[in-house]
Amino acid sequence: MSESSNTIKQRNDRYNKYVETVTPKTSIAKALWHSFWIGGVTCMIGQAIGDILAFAVPTLTVEMVANITSMILITAAILFTGLGFYDVIARQGGAGSFLPITGFANAMASASMEFKTEGLIFGTSVKLFSVVGPVVVNGIVWSTVAGLLNLLILGMY
Amino acid sequence: MALFKNIKRNKPESFSDGNRDVLPSPTGFSPRQRIMRFYNTPRIIGRMSVVGKKEAKGPVGKYFSKCEADDKLGEKTFERAEIRMFDTAVRGAVRDAKLEVDDIDLFVSGDLLNQMTTSNYAARDIGVPHIGVYSACSTMTESLTVAAAMVDGGYFSNVLCAVSSHFATAERQFRYPLEYGCQRPPYAQWTVTGAAASVIARNCKETERFPKIVMAIPGIITDFGTNDLNNMGAAMAPAAMDTMFTLFTQSGYGVDDFDMIVTGDLGKLGSDILRDLMRRRGIRLGQNYIDCGNMIYNVDQKCYQGGSGCACSATVFNSYIMEKLINGEFKRIAYLATGALMSTQSCYQGETIPGISHAVIVESPFGGE
Repeated sequence: MSESSNTIKQRNDRYNKYVETVTPKTSIAKALWHSFWIGGVTCMIGQAIGDILAFAVPTLTVEMVANITSMILITAAILFTGLGFYDVIARQGGAGSFLPITGFANAMASASMEFKTEGLIFGTSVKLFSVVGPVVVNGIVWSTVAGLLNLLILGMY
Repeated sequence: MALFKNIKRNKPESFSDGNRDVLPSPTGFSPRQRIMRFYNTPRIIGRMSVVGKKEAKGPVGKYFSKCEADDKLGEKTFERAEIRMFDTAVRGAVRDAKLEVDDIDLFVSGDLLNQMTTSNYAARDIGVPHIGVYSACSTMTESLTVAAAMVDGGYFSNVLCAVSSHFATAERQFRYPLEYGCQRPPYAQWTVTGAAASVIARNCKETERFPKIVMAIPGIITDFGTNDLNNMGAAMAPAAMDTMFTLFTQSGYGVDDFDMIVTGDLGKLGSDILRDLMRRRGIRLGQNYIDCGNMIYNVDQKCYQGGSGCACSATVFNSYIMEKLINGEFKRIAYLATGALMSTQSCYQGETIPGISHAVIVESPFGGE
């Protein structure tokens, strides 16, 4: 029995190696370039909104300008998701559209749209974080770790 | 026993079941006689294929009986839309066979969703004894096999088979929300939106002019240890290889005896792998081998490796291939749908993806034996 399971393992390894050689790969240079310019353009738009805000309303503090800029970007991303062309951009952009704040907004909006047919509680409320849950959990865990390290090593606070 | 009296098992001399295959089975299991021969030749007398907009734009788009312009069909949810599409296909097939729903004795169907909600909910409104079958994307051949066996055995005279799949519902169950901006790897496939149904009837004078099911091969679940949820072609190719190998070694037919060898939804990558695997076992698949997943979409429709889902092979079979069989352009075809039997949980738990492939051999009423 062990001999036959060994041959099956060998056969599977051989097959998986073969599949790896024939499977088409994503071109890394192309993916990097696309995510670079889409991410870059997103950030430039954000910066432009911030600058215009600061110019138009001089009484706003820097933090306030940053907050309002994020809010505008998030609203725009959710609007684009609802209109159905954020995923078209994201198909090209990859990490460039996933990493900025717009990616998070898209993930939440798409989940809430998808599951609204099950109702407000069991659909939208339950499944709202189904895609972004890992981001939230990891954000909390690692910021806790960073805070503890900060306290222990640098002795701040 | 009165039921069996009128069935003549006109079994030719050349088909001897004792002649067991001596070649080793590709899966490593002991070889066995796996061919089901239907000596009473059940006929496929009705067919209907309903597809979505994207499929209708593909290379075989003009063969489909009906195209739905709206993915939601004006319903509240995608699930309701799929049920309606399924219902349209079922009733269309019955109408195509010039029968009434009351004439149908049994209904064999399946789909991709959990607990087969689509086919069960659609069967609720039809009111015919129902058998649900599931083998992922190879559900059509499985239901054809069950239906042909029922008719061949003399239990029923008209059996209806149907399957459906929908891009939006499958995407929600197996992957991410629709509008979520994620990148698909270049080896991913696109679930076909569609539903297809066939009516299988007993061979008699009225049904003589229809294509007949002569053989079926139930598949063995084959697992070659692939675990990429997106690369289903590679997971299903070994299963297709096993069934195809059984077909060529046990049925007595060679590659050239078929006008068309059709696999289900291996996609471009999977069908290339299958060609390679078969070549290593000494069988060269030529121009007469096609893959439904590979042909259902154009290259510029951004579906990467092609279509998948149980409607993929079922709609192509019930439109393009059946039409050519009725014309007599194809004399004999082998239809091997393939399925990847994973769930989302099993993949995240580190399990590999098992594949299955059932085969059905259909002959045209013109020519052949």
